[in-house]
Amino acid sequence: MTDRYDTLASKIDARFGEQVNRVASTCRELTYELDKDDLIKVATALRNEADFGFEMLIDVCGVDYLSYGSDEWTTNSASGTGFSRGVEREPVILDEADEFDPERFAVVYHLLSIQNNVRLRLRIFTGTANPPVVKSVVDIWNSANWFEREAFDLYGIFFDGHPDLRRILTDYGFIGHPFRKDFPVMGNVEVSYDADEGRVVYKPVSIEPRTLVPRVIRDDNRYAADLKEPSDG
Amino acid sequence: MAEIQSYTMNFGPQHPAAHGVLRLVLEIEGETIQKADPHVGLLHRATEKLIETKPYNQSIGYMDRLDYVSMMCNEHGYVMAIEKLLGIEVPTRAQYIRVMFDEITRILNHLMWLGAHGLDIGAMTVFLYCFREREDLMDCYEAVSGTRMHATYYRPGGVYRDLPDSMPKYAESKYRSKKVLDRMNSVREGSLLDFIEDFTSRFPACVDEYETLLTDNRIWKQRTVNIAVVSPERAMQLGFTGPMLRGSGVEWDLRKKQPYDVYDRVDFDIPVGVNGDCYDRYLVRVEEMRQSNRIIKQCVDWLRDNPGPVMAEDHKITPPTRVEMKDDMESLIHHFKLFTEGYCVPEGESYAAVEHPKGEFGVYIISDGANKPYRVKIRAPGFAHLSAMSEMVEGHMLADVVAVIGTQDIVFGEVDR
Repeated sequence: MTDRYDTLASKIDARFGEQVNRVASTCRELTYELDKDDLIKVATALRNEADFGFEMLIDVCGVDYLSYGSDEWTTNSASGTGFSRGVEREPVILDEADEFDPERFAVVYHLLSIQNNVRLRLRIFTGTANPPVVKSVVDIWNSANWFEREAFDLYGIFFDGHPDLRRILTDYGFIGHPFRKDFPVMGNVEVSYDADEGRVVYKPVSIEPRTLVPRVIRDDNRYAADLKEPSDG
Repeated sequence: MAEIQSYTMNFGPQHPAAHGVLRLVLEIEGETIQKADPHVGLLHRATEKLIETKPYNQSIGYMDRLDYVSMMCNEHGYVMAIEKLLGIEVPTRAQYIRVMFDEITRILNHLMWLGAHGLDIGAMTVFLYCFREREDLMDCYEAVSGTRMHATYYRPGGVYRDLPDSMPKYAESKYRSKKVLDRMNSVREGSLLDFIEDFTSRFPACVDEYETLLTDNRIWKQRTVNIAVVSPERAMQLGFTGPMLRGSGVEWDLRKKQPYDVYDRVDFDIPVGVNGDCYDRYLVRVEEMRQSNRIIKQCVDWLRDNPGPVMAEDHKITPPTRVEMKDDMESLIHHFKLFTEGYCVPEGESYAAVEHPKGEFGVYIISDGANKPYRVKIRAPGFAHLSAMSEMVEGHMLADVVAVIGTQDIVFGEVDR
């Protein structure tokens, strides 16, 4: 981590104290988590105060932590018939629950300060509410407009105060939020032209889900924290 | 009869000046635009979701298909994000190759942009000139990767293979005389580096040709000067990056300010505009082509003198050579594991940004320690630029809409992802 980032980190700690919580990074990046209610206050200060000067919002993205850390392939232990044969599908959890895990949906903001030449990442979790709602930052950074529309479209996260929260990337009349982890990769409907009816029709998908390479998490002690030199990237 | 005040007009998605599949809903009064509402997503392929279902290396090819006129720059952003998480060092030769191909890609992109932008607002000839030079650069892509567009050449840890010693040549054909064939193949007798060096020596004259056609052209200036003026404050507020930001007078270039690979070892200048209109952005991009040419020349000179590995030696991440595999059991296992399962990336998150020809192309990866990324977010520069469309065309004439689409350098592969 260069001096620039150390200075910025100490300034943020001094200015916001308990409001923000620094997340350790393995690749020299500055990430803070904060409560979603503090977002507007912190974001306004980050843009306006000369110490920070984050005049650009580079990116806003939604994240769904539903299946974080789960794999499809058990590699640590073998049964009487040998090792696991690969894909073990997790049951799909539908998002009709009244409440979500408070750490399920997150919104990540990437900020850039041109005057100080530093980057910063902020993350807020949306809490238990279904649908998830966070405050919009469009009034602070106008570039958030389409990024928030995208996060709404793909994850179903509502942005309170957004002037025009419509779907952006999916089709007109699309149902569901496709980047949620409980949304199947091949989708729910397929489109074809029906010659008899003379129009385009929607039908449930006919293809089977398949996995070519199972998802696997291996313990790799080369990356263990105590073995890593502090100077490593 | 009531007088019609304003009306709504649909532009695209099947419009030759829409650069692909842009649909604009325009609110017009007379011929003046009051509001533009771009409808995007007609090319949405859920690239980010597809990447989540594949091992890291299998998604490099998706990057080419994002912004399909600047393929290798996209790959660069993706492999850099992975390298950051893995913490691996890239050999210097590979870094030079990447920088050289990034700049070749920048020229490719700007040529495409210049040709299409010119064509949109009435300059026919420049399109033909641009595609003439593009063809040579496509041949460089072909020589190094086997494909003219979707190269899939960069890898985490370096590049797939070293530069070839020979260039593909034109074959004999009954439509070409021997003399013409020999002339076409004369620059292809040597290695790829010879070919690129020859290109760098003749390219500045080509840029002069484009400028002769456009820079002082009265019609060109009428169509671009004072069109879609963006102040530096607004440009930052709207998330502009790359030539769009520099055209407004903000001197910001990741290659200089946050250098990656060997950009800190090559000499080049950043052109900056003054007025922030379409004409300034045109001048910025044209000058960028000249600067890219300078960088390529420096890379060619360095690469000639410094042979070496082009891939990191860590065979947990990069494949061993075929020769090693034949007589070394460990290499065979590495190869097998790498191509069936891939490699696991340590838990964490990284954001890597490159100065893409269109602006800041960033890739944000969240890894939970698996062989597939948990979440990938691609920050496409064109997405932010297009979101400012309404503000840029407001108060202009209908015909200026195509000038603004052109100046934003929109490619739908990256906007829609």
